[in-house]
Amino acid sequence: MTSAAVAGPAEFAPWKDPAQTPLIRFEGVTKRFGDFTAIDNVDLTIYRKEFFALLGPSGCGKTTLMRMLAGFETASEGRITIGGQDMNGIPPNRREVNMMFQSYALFPHLSVWDNIAFGLKRSAMPKDQIPDRVHEMLRLTRLEQFARRKPHQISGGQRQRVALARALAKAPKLLLLDEPLGALDAKLRQQTQFELMDIQEKTETTFVIVTHDQEEAMTVASRVAVMNDGKVIQVDTPARIYETPNSVYVADFIGDVNLIEGNVALKPDGLASLAWAEGAPEIIATAGEGLKDGARAGFVIRPEKVAISAERPEDRNNVVRGRILDIAYLGNISTYHVELPGGQVIKAQTVNNRRLSRRGFTWQDEVWLSWTDTAGLVLAG
Amino acid sequence: MNIGRHTLIGVPYLWLLLLFLVPFGIIFKISLSDIALAIPPYTPSLDLSEGWPGVRDFLRQLDFENYVFLTEDALYWKAYLSSLKIATISTFLALCVGYPIAYAMARAASEWRPTLMMLVILPFWTSFLIRVYAWIGILSTEGYLNQLLLWLGIITDPLQIMNTPTAVYIGIVYTYLPFMILPIYATLERMDDSLLEAAEDLGCSRLSAFWIITFPLSRSGIIAGCFLVFIPAIGEFVIPSLLGGSGTLMIGKVLWEEFFSNRDWPVASAVAIVLLLILVIPIILFQKNQEKTQEADA
Amino acid sequence: MRRFSWFNATSLTLGFAFLYVPMIILVVYSFNESRLVTVWAGFSTRWYGELLRDQAFLDAAWVTVRVAFVSSTIATVLGTMAAYVLVRGGKFMGRTLFSGMIYAPLVMPEVITGLSLLLLFISIGLDRGIFTIILAHTTFSMCYVSVVVSSRLVSFDRSVEEAALDLGCTPFDAFRSVTLPLIAPAVIAGWLLAFTLSLDDLVIASFTAGPSATTLPIKIFSSVRMGVSPEINALSTILIGIVTVGVVTASLVSKRRIVQRERDEKMAGQTA
Repeated sequence: MTSAAVAGPAEFAPWKDPAQTPLIRFEGVTKRFGDFTAIDNVDLTIYRKEFFALLGPSGCGKTTLMRMLAGFETASEGRITIGGQDMNGIPPNRREVNMMFQSYALFPHLSVWDNIAFGLKRSAMPKDQIPDRVHEMLRLTRLEQFARRKPHQISGGQRQRVALARALAKAPKLLLLDEPLGALDAKLRQQTQFELMDIQEKTETTFVIVTHDQEEAMTVASRVAVMNDGKVIQVDTPARIYETPNSVYVADFIGDVNLIEGNVALKPDGLASLAWAEGAPEIIATAGEGLKDGARAGFVIRPEKVAISAERPEDRNNVVRGRILDIAYLGNISTYHVELPGGQVIKAQTVNNRRLSRRGFTWQDEVWLSWTDTAGLVLAG
Repeated sequence: MNIGRHTLIGVPYLWLLLLFLVPFGIIFKISLSDIALAIPPYTPSLDLSEGWPGVRDFLRQLDFENYVFLTEDALYWKAYLSSLKIATISTFLALCVGYPIAYAMARAASEWRPTLMMLVILPFWTSFLIRVYAWIGILSTEGYLNQLLLWLGIITDPLQIMNTPTAVYIGIVYTYLPFMILPIYATLERMDDSLLEAAEDLGCSRLSAFWIITFPLSRSGIIAGCFLVFIPAIGEFVIPSLLGGSGTLMIGKVLWEEFFSNRDWPVASAVAIVLLLILVIPIILFQKNQEKTQEADA
Repeated sequence: MRRFSWFNATSLTLGFAFLYVPMIILVVYSFNESRLVTVWAGFSTRWYGELLRDQAFLDAAWVTVRVAFVSSTIATVLGTMAAYVLVRGGKFMGRTLFSGMIYAPLVMPEVITGLSLLLLFISIGLDRGIFTIILAHTTFSMCYVSVVVSSRLVSFDRSVEEAALDLGCTPFDAFRSVTLPLIAPAVIAGWLLAFTLSLDDLVIASFTAGPSATTLPIKIFSSVRMGVSPEINALSTILIGIVTVGVVTASLVSKRRIVQRERDEKMAGQTA
């Protein structure tokens, strides 16, 4: 691991500290529904105060993993421990885990106040302390003036906050959030992401969030587990997931990426070269984990790391020539789709820090694309 | 928690086993017995005190004689056929009457639809017996219908409708009409209006758009409605006995009379078993249709 | 906006005329002075008086109401349990048989249900009377209750119950404090349906009643066989009146709740 950042004193990274014991441990957990394997031999550790995201396409098993933490599903094989205690056979109502449901699952016949107090009334908390706690939760989620309303009398964003307040009221060890922002519109979602992070920091609760929205996972999470077909593909910080994906799947799932397939040859200094088209110069890039000499591999590079220029740059190993096929103008950035002689299309992104009228390239222009040796990765399969 | 779950499942389960399934076993058993002048009026009766030989003896005395009797006596198979015929014709008539109503309800302004629904459901909550009874006064020889027609001068002699199959058709269509209207209305109401607009846009006339688009799309509602009328109509007792008189033969009535008037329990049981066998086919078809509709909705 | 058409207006008018004219005639002629029900002889409430003095009718009505009340109440409890088992119960031994037994009575001809129950009561030596009618009515109406309740259970989000468990409820507590309040409208509707079915039933009651208990439908049936009678018209009017008031009130209440809800949701949108 060449590019691991050095942990500063203020950085929160318990997963790097061998002295820390994780709060949650999945050990060889498998879950089958009939013939269908929803979770396939998953090992995972989550630490106290983490904001941990389970990210993947629908049907990848992320929700099942979360429902096992809540106690709604039991593992077919393997062991799940929370705080060192084996959770097998412990029903949901006896776990110090609360969940915020995707549909919010607010009790429609109870007021906002009663929804939040619902869990407290069933806990050991003395009756006279409940109003104070409910009030604290209402304040935390800025819902004070809606306490007497029924769920259908408040807006979607407010319902989302009631669901959060209700789940947090019992001060659980672990809070599970199932697509918590899925029902909100784009603008409200962004604002709520920051609120969630703020509340997580204030309450110092461990959060596990399930989402299919990579941007959301990247924004809120301290670490992200990318899942596919019941398996955990990669667990890392958002930055490292983006910069050093461990597989073509992860690279492709997170953000926009160019993919070129070819045969790999390993080189010294952690580099690899990829022969991808007859007559074209080989691509040189950082070698990913588990790469085998001579095997098929994929070269991945983010569009923003591909430079576009009218003249051939002299200082780089990786230079290809192509013709502009399409330009997507997105305001702050532009994406150029450049067709190489072999028919391959590479996306290159530039920041529009000049006015549009002074843009240098247009459709059908012949241009040079280039990138440095460390800009992209060669990954197995 | 486990005890709770067992009670939850066990109590209704046991209830239905004892009061629904076991009685069928008994019907089946009695249908294989012979009539006797005794209490209960059939033989053999099972005497468990004699142990295993008693059971064997009991089994040996059971036979299919009553079923053979049903095929030999023309009364019974005529009654089955006549029930099927009456049920089929009334179902068809109910469809012809019900479809336009359901169609018009689905096309009515949306603020009117709940009221129209209520008007269709209201008769359903009203006593079945009374609704059938209402037609006696209308259809009888000196009834309101004949009075009206005579007064209008359309007829000179009162029509004989009471105690004919026509009266039974009217009675079945009248009492089961809500069952026909509601499922058809449900499918029509869900239908997307833009389909018809698209059809007209592509050159259909309004009438052909109805036959090409609306009618096929309401098929599942039509099938459901037809079964909901057909199935109870076959075993109907009240309507033929109040409106049909001695002129109409229906199996429900035959069974009733076999039991109460002739006190021939074994034959009545055999009649019931055969009726059930006849009903199994439409019930399975109905179930298939419902499942298909549910899948399409999901 | 859908287009107005003469065809639709005509079908609705004729259709509802067909449904309602017979009942209206019954109601009108219940106020007829004459014993000859088809000849109008002037307004009178005489037959209502005669009906209320007819002890046999009153006794039958009292039996019917008691049977309907008890059987619909037991049927509601059993039917709600059955619905919960079917919708939320997961897998258990004999589930297919169970759901078969729930749906079969809905399509079973009444003569067969009645006959089979009668044969059961005789073979176990149970004396027929009010008790056996209650058993019979409970059995078939619990299936109707179960269908009504399970359609409501299917329609609401399971996660509401999971949320209750998640917040510390035992399964029973979750049912009592969350599920039951949410399915209450269906449970009430199921009870009313069971009550009406029991009030209305002639065939099954005739088989299971025995000589000692006569219900109102049995009484009506035996007097109607003799032909139309003004007392039955008066009785019909009373029953139609009760049902009409009930159904109209229920639909007004539900309409008001829908309107109120829409208004609330609109306001909620504005405060967002």
